[in-house]
Formats: sequence, structure tokens, C-alpha cells
Amino acid sequence: MSDQTTNSVAYVAETMLPELPPPARETGVIKWLRQNLFSNIPNSILTLVSLWAIYVLLSSTLPWILNGVWTTSSLNECREVLDNKLGACFSVLTERWHQLLYGFKYPTDAYWRPNFALVLLLVAAAPVLFFDLPRKMLAFTAVYPFIAFWLIWGGTILTPILAFVGFAAAAVIFQTYGKKSFAIGFFGAIAAALVVWIVGGALVPESASDNALLSAVPSRDLGGFMLNLMLGVTCVSLSLPLGIALALGRQSDMPLIKWICVVFIEFVRGVPLITLLFVASVMLSYFFPPESTVDLFLRVVIMITMFSSAYIAEVIRGGLAALPKGQYEAADSLGLDYPQAMRLIILPQALKISIPGIVNVAVGLFKDTTLVSVISMFDLVGMIRGPILASTEWNGVYWELLGFAAVLFFVVCYGISQYSQWLERRLATDHR
Amino acid sequence: MSTLSDPPKESFRLSMLINDTRYRSLTFQVIAAIVLALCIWYLGNNLIQNLRAAGLNISYNFLGDPAGYDINQRLVDYDSQSSHARAALVGVLNTLLVAFLACVTATVFGVIAGVLRLSKNWLVSKLMMIYVEIFRNIPVLIWIIIIFTIMTAVLPGPRAFRGDNATSSMLFDAFAFTNRGIYTPGPYFENGIFANAALNWLLVLVVLVASFFGARKINAWATAKQEATGVRPNTRAMILGVWLIPFVLLMLIMGLAWEFPELKGFNFSGGLKIGGPLIALWFALSIYTGAFIAENVRAGIQAISKGQTEAAAALGLRQGRIMNLVVLPQALRVIIPPLISQYLNITKNSSLAIAVGYADITATLGGITLNQTGRAIECVLLLMLFYLTASLLISMAMNVYNSSVKLKER
Repeated sequence: MSDQTTNSVAYVAETMLPELPPPARETGVIKWLRQNLFSNIPNSILTLVSLWAIYVLLSSTLPWILNGVWTTSSLNECREVLDNKLGACFSVLTERWHQLLYGFKYPTDAYWRPNFALVLLLVAAAPVLFFDLPRKMLAFTAVYPFIAFWLIWGGTILTPILAFVGFAAAAVIFQTYGKKSFAIGFFGAIAAALVVWIVGGALVPESASDNALLSAVPSRDLGGFMLNLMLGVTCVSLSLPLGIALALGRQSDMPLIKWICVVFIEFVRGVPLITLLFVASVMLSYFFPPESTVDLFLRVVIMITMFSSAYIAEVIRGGLAALPKGQYEAADSLGLDYPQAMRLIILPQALKISIPGIVNVAVGLFKDTTLVSVISMFDLVGMIRGPILASTEWNGVYWELLGFAAVLFFVVCYGISQYSQWLERRLATDHR
Repeated sequence: MSTLSDPPKESFRLSMLINDTRYRSLTFQVIAAIVLALCIWYLGNNLIQNLRAAGLNISYNFLGDPAGYDINQRLVDYDSQSSHARAALVGVLNTLLVAFLACVTATVFGVIAGVLRLSKNWLVSKLMMIYVEIFRNIPVLIWIIIIFTIMTAVLPGPRAFRGDNATSSMLFDAFAFTNRGIYTPGPYFENGIFANAALNWLLVLVVLVASFFGARKINAWATAKQEATGVRPNTRAMILGVWLIPFVLLMLIMGLAWEFPELKGFNFSGGLKIGGPLIALWFALSIYTGAFIAENVRAGIQAISKGQTEAAAALGLRQGRIMNLVVLPQALRVIIPPLISQYLNITKNSSLAIAVGYADITATLGGITLNQTGRAIECVLLLMLFYLTASLLISMAMNVYNSSVKLKER
């Protein structure tokens, strides 16, 4: 029976045919190209247009960059070397390197101080940014602002020490009394810090800075990219706590506090940063006591901090609003009081939601630090537009300088936004 | 015999102010009010003392004095004898002009880049990603300066267009790109109805607005008819007519003509001049904000779940109708709020005009007027008042829109 069947169906193959390779147009590079670049006619046209655009861009910039001159000391010299060929005069960067980074008045022999402060900043920021690192490193982060202040401004070491002691006293008072009653701890801490600073300020002699270990550098001598970094780091870190306070204040049940916060936030968000910088440069000094001399740097820091804290407050308010109401009720039902509920339940979740927004504000703020060049502070853009382009040697070198500034900002801002995306993935505890 | 007595009436103790939730918020508010009042008193006191020491007072009379400086780019009549208030008005109009232009072009750039970013074409989507990342991560001030430098240092001067062996020539004999700005043909009316040119343009605007409402009326009529009979009348020709016929008629009556720029002596004259600073600011704000808008558009389109598209396809809708009837209405609800806050950003960033010398409100009132009169406080306050009003108006528009498109839930 079975014999007959096998014989009668003669066309059944007895062996498996070997697998043929897929058609050439369905594999590898060709398939990828077909699918991604030339899937239909409009798509092919788009691809060709993009290729043409890339060609035009590269063919004009690449020779210019590759042909660049790095070792001349003026534009004329550079043009002689180039001999009418297309090429960049990158020598302006090498020759004015220190001016671009530190401004033109910062003492030359002290360049190691901001450099060292930057290295320490990385160490201090590490435990905040990457929380797998040992928590003990946070102790250094707490001390860092005072070290950085001393390194960059120099002068007597007593000033940063005094400031640190004030904060330490406040922290001790808060730890001792804050457990029993938040309000007593909070106001006690402020009082303690004020007492330390006032008493200490009277004790530090006027002439302490005269022969200090690090020579004192006045704020107006700061400049270059260092100034952008300093403004960015200082203002973001100051505006975080302020922003949290404003956001909580805006959500508060107390009408007076709520309205103070609302008016402040909406006012600051409604005006451009430039007008606030105008306030810092021409108006703010009218509001300080007549005999005091608050320097421009501090005034600018105050205004930029106000500006960014309003934006951060709005971001955090979004995070607070996104939390389900049950979280607030659960905290209440556990018998936690307001500060405890905020610290233990609400803020950790709300801040996590707000991280991308906060980083956006931080990046925006860092970019906005270039605006200080408008009120004649010599940050990176101010240095380029002012002393360097106005000098006889380098009058007319636009692209190298502006390109350098653009690259510098791009590297920093892109780095921060990549970090924030990493952090978002890292903090995603929900399983979706 | 035991009697129940009321618990002793609680007497008020001082510690209750801080420990009792009934009084605590009151305590805090009183403290806040006192601190606020102290701050205001302290700052105000300092202000008064400082002003007295400097021999100044707060007065807005300077606004009536002649300004004494010239403004190149202006929308209304102005000369150096005009008052500071007039200069501020020129600045306000310039701010609004550049903000409006930049909003339009930024939206165009942003929508194109955002849609192409989602393209299936690998090369195009990567290029758009590079565009977005590069422009978002570099300060807008640097972009403004870069484009201004292109305008002034790369484009030829009017001199290059002169003579028989000119190195540059005008595009179509109508457009001249020079380092002083771009010259284009300018429209004007040969026999306008009003003597004042601005009034004629206002008339054109009124006609266009009337056409807009006419077209809406026709659409409403068509919808009503569709709901009554089930057949929608073809309105395309009617709407085209409502838009075109009054406009063309008006143009014919008033005699629209174009004035072409001509090289006279050392400079171009005639036609419309768009100054270099305006172009730099306009273009830089457009491409910078366009990158942000592109991200908003992308996020908006991606926020619509694939099921919506598939459901629409299952209902038998064509590709274009899926986009128009299903995806876009939902995506717009996500896109528009951040879009409007980008418009707000453009308006505020237009204050960077001061860096390239475009005479906006910051450059006139906050720049030259402030420096000439020394009225720092008054000028900065007026400046803030203007921006605050503009911002509040824009966010009010946003709130109205938000509540009108809000999902009507049970």
C-alpha cells in the first residue's frame, strides 16, 4: 500500500532543497538603502536633496577647517601663511586662549585657581549627579562652595570659613530643634547663622586680605567662559531650593503666602531676562544701603537666581500637580505633619517627575548667561565681541571665534541633556 | 453618684499659635506680612535715601522731551525732534513686528522639521535631529550675532552693484542683498482712496478680515445644510470667490503698483528696505525657536496612539482624511500650549535686538533713552510693564484656547 503511494506520487522531492540566499535586493546594505532612503519617489527626492545639502555644507567648511592655521600671532600674518587659499585662522584661539577662558583681567599667575576649582566642582557634583557613589562624598559637596569661593576670589581665608561656620551653626540648630518643631528649628537656624555672621564679621579685620595666601581678585576681573560657568552653576544651585520653596508656597493654603508666590513667579516669567539684567546693572544699587558697595557680579547673580527660580518653581509645581491626591492623603493618614510629608513622601516623587524640566531650565539658563555681555560684562561672547574683535591683530576673525563659542556651549549643553535622559531612564521605577 | 461634667474649657495658650493647626497658618501669614512689610520699608527707604543723595526724583516728564536720536527701521513717522514717548512707540511697534514675523517663520520651520524628524527616510530624520540638537544647544545670542555677521561681513556693499563690471547683481532685477540690508520691490497704491498710505493698508486689512468672516459664514451654512439634508454643497468655488473677488477689486480700484529698488549714487533707493539687524534677529529667532517647536510637534504627533490611526483606517478613511479628521485635531491639543509659550519666548527673546542694534523697545527706551536721560528706574519699569502686558495677553489667549479645546469629560 505504502509502496504504491510513494511510487505513484513521483514528483514529491525526497531530499530537502538547500536554502537559496535571499534576493540581493532584500539583504544587507541594499535592503536597508531601499527601505530607508529610496522607498518611493518623494522619499528618493528627499534623500538626494539631503545628500546635496550635506555635500554643499561639507565642501565649503571642511577645507576651511582642515586648512586652518594654528600658530600665527595676527590676522595679517595668518593671511600671509594662507596665501589666498581658503582656510581658517584658528591661531586666534591659541593666541587668545587665556582671554577666552578667563577674561582679560584675571591675574595670569592665578589661572591654576579656577582650573583647580573646576576639577573640584566635578568631584563635588559627582555624588549629586550619580547617586551610586558613596554618600559620604556629599560632605565634600557641602564644603565645596566655600573652597571654590576662596580659590576664585582669593583674599583672606577667614571669609569663607566664617560663612561656612554660619551655615554649620544653622544646620546644627536645625538638627537639634527641627525634629520637635519645624518652625522653631527653621527660624532658630536663620537666627544662629545671622548671629555668627554679624559677630564674626566684626571680628575679621579689614586688612585681613592684604597679605593673604591667595591674592584677592575683584569680581570685575572675572571673565571669559569661566564667568559663564560660574554664573550658570551658582544660579542654578541657588535657585533650586528657592524654586522648591516658591512652588510649595504657590500650592499653599495660606492666601497671603500663595499670592506673594504667584505674583513673584508671574512677574518674573513675564519679563525678559535682559530687563532683569538692566535692573541689576542700573537700578538695583538704588535699593541697597547708600554706603554699601554690592558689586555687579553679585547683583547679576541675584537677578538671574530670581529669574531661574521662578521657572524652576513652575516646573516643580507641574510635578506636584502630577502626583495623585492619594499620596497627600496617605501622608496625612500616617500622621505626618506638613514638613515631614513634603520631605518624605511628596517632594521625592514630585522632584523625580520634574527632573527633565529642571534640566531644561538649567540648560536654558546656562545659555542665557551669555546675555550678561549686553550689560558690558566680559563673558565669552563679551570677550569675543569686545576686546578680541576690536583688537588690531584680530579685527575681522568672526567665524573661528563664534564657531569656538558655539562648540563650547554645544558640548556643555548637549552633555547635560544627555545626562538628564540617562537619569530619567535610571529613575524610571514604574514598569511600562 | 457620678456626674459627667464638661471637660474644662480650653484656655488659649501662647504655644498654640505654633502648635495648633487652627492658629498656625494665621501665625505664619502674620509673620510673612511683617517680613514683607519690613523688606518693602527697607528697600523703599534705601531708594529714597539714594535718590535724594543723587539729587533725582521719580518723574515721567522726560517722555515729552525731544529724543534727539535717529531710528533707521521704523513703522511710523519719527525724526530726531520727536519725543522719547514717540521713540518708545517706534520701539514697541518694532518689537511687535519682529516678534510677529519670527512667530510665523518659526512655526513653518518647526512644523517642517518636526514632521520630517518622524520621516521614514533615515537620512532626513537624522539631519533634522542634528538641526534640532545644534540649534537648541547653542545660545540664541550667538546665533543672532552669527547671522548678523553674515549680513554685514559676507554680503557685498551697494558699491559692488555699480558700474559695468559690477561684482554683484540684483536677483531678477528686483532683489538686492547688500550689507546694509535687503532691498525688495515695495507695493504702493497709485490712486488710493485715502491720502494716507497707512489708511489704505488698513482698508486692505479690513477687507481681508471681512472675507475671513464671509468664508466662515459659508462653511457654517454648508454644515447646516449637510446636517439637514445629508449632502454637503460644494463650497470650494464660493470660498475662493469670497477671498479673491473683493481683494482683487480693491487692488484694481486703488491701482496697486510695485516700486523697484534702484541703485542711485552710493546706495539703493526706492522699494522696501529690510535692515540687516531686523533680518538677523528675525532669522535667528526663527531657526532657534523652530528647533524647539520641532520637538513640540514631534511629541504631539507621537502622543497620538497608533490605535487611533488604525481605527480610522478600519473605518475606511483615506490617508489624508485620517490626518485631517483624526490625528491632527488630537495632536494640536498637545502641540498648541507649548507652541504658544514658544511665541512668548520669541517675544521676550526679541529683546536681544539690543545686541545687533535693531531699534526695538529695549534698544530705544531701555537703551538710548535710558542713557541720555539717566532715568534708569522709570525706563526699566516702563520696559517691564510693556513685556508684562504682552506676556499676560498671550497667556490669556492661551488659556482661552485651552479651555475651548479641553476634552469634554463626564
